[in-house]
Amino acid sequence: MGFLNLFSKPAPGVQVLPSGTLTVDRNNQILATTISSACSQEVLQEIGDQVLRLFRQARTAQLPLSELTLHFSSLKITARELRGGAIIFLAPKHSFNAFS
Amino acid sequence: MESRHKVLIVDDDPAVLELYRELLAQLPSHPEIFTTTSGARALSMLKSEPFRLLLCDLKMPKMDGLQVLSIVRRQFPELRTVVMTAVHSEDFRARAYALGVDLFWLKPDTQQNMEMFLQCIESLLGRDEEGGFRGVQSKSLMDLIQMECLSQSSTVLRITRGALTGRIWILSGELIDAETDGACGESAFRRILEWKSGTFENLPTEPGRERTINKPANALLLEAAQAMDEIAAPASQNPEDVEQADHRKTVWRLASLTRAGASFVVSLPGGPESKPEGWGTEATQELGLWMQQALESAQKLSRDLQAGSIGHLEGRSLDHRIVLLPQEERTYLVGWPADASAPQLSEPSKQLVASWDS
Repeated sequence: MGFLNLFSKPAPGVQVLPSGTLTVDRNNQILATTISSACSQEVLQEIGDQVLRLFRQARTAQLPLSELTLHFSSLKITARELRGGAIIFLAPKHSFNAFS
Repeated sequence: MESRHKVLIVDDDPAVLELYRELLAQLPSHPEIFTTTSGARALSMLKSEPFRLLLCDLKMPKMDGLQVLSIVRRQFPELRTVVMTAVHSEDFRARAYALGVDLFWLKPDTQQNMEMFLQCIESLLGRDEEGGFRGVQSKSLMDLIQMECLSQSSTVLRITRGALTGRIWILSGELIDAETDGACGESAFRRILEWKSGTFENLPTEPGRERTINKPANALLLEAAQAMDEIAAPASQNPEDVEQADHRKTVWRLASLTRAGASFVVSLPGGPESKPEGWGTEATQELGLWMQQALESAQKLSRDLQAGSIGHLEGRSLDHRIVLLPQEERTYLVGWPADASAPQLSEPSKQLVASWDS
């Protein structure tokens, strides 16, 4: 009865913030991740790219950072430099940890 | 004829829309109700006529409620927004409030909840119509204090500028005490008067407050005004005076830096061709460039992930801990020693930069 699926509408949903860990090497190749597969590969690459770029540009500015945390109103991104690559932690903020 | 407020309801379920239309029609203010099943259509309706309130569902196809609300917040900042959803999630609640919604409401399931919901909506529709005067935007702090003193009032003025807070005690029109950031008496009063903008509130009087300021209020206000005029160094004065004023500002800022225990501050104005200014560092240009790049990266991530507005960015190197603080007109980068004792440096950084432009 699989043909009936042709007529089913996709269920509406809300985009969920990524949560978990992502490890990338210096070329932004994803080495390991615990982030849900609902979050696309492109988005993960984009996160890795921006984080590596931030570390690289900081080094150029004579500020060689080993750790970086970006606080958004709904998400906290923490990244640690790993020999040119990075391990990145993504933690959505809930009302009980929104101020941490 | 009295105009009726317009309310727009967005939900992908037409049955829910009909239900809410009937419910909201019973409100005492009799608002005009408009409905739509799609976020995109809602945005075009908001553009075509002025609405007072938007009620938005979260789970919708194509464009979800959070996407609609983030666009609405940017394009229609005056519009009151309410999220009504059946999704019981702390994550969505936090994200909705981060987007600046006025109310996040789980779809009512009992008669009592429904009544409360309707009361909240009625209150949101009529909030601006209450009587009274609000705001004295064009008045300086000096004007405010003069008004309080001339009217012989007794009050405590609580003044807030960013992370800084100060209090000024006035008793029967006389200035008796002031307090801010570890300072008290006349020195605190002068420091508060240096703040160019902020907010104030009148607290109940404290008759038992010990008097530490004995000079008349007018004399103190005059002294403060003269000191501020000297620092401002108008263009008509000769270049030596201007140079001296700049020098005084630099010394004052370096003293603030040392007092707070920070290593350096870089300030980057908002414009596209803006030049960074630095204190306590020789790499001002390089750091200014990185600040620009970091802001762009953070803005891109915020957009792509729908992570909400950028609060701040913290970093750690072998020598320093840094805090990048995007503010309304400028972005600041505050550097602290690597062994700075505070676990969170965002608050001390905010306090330091709050007094920076005073």
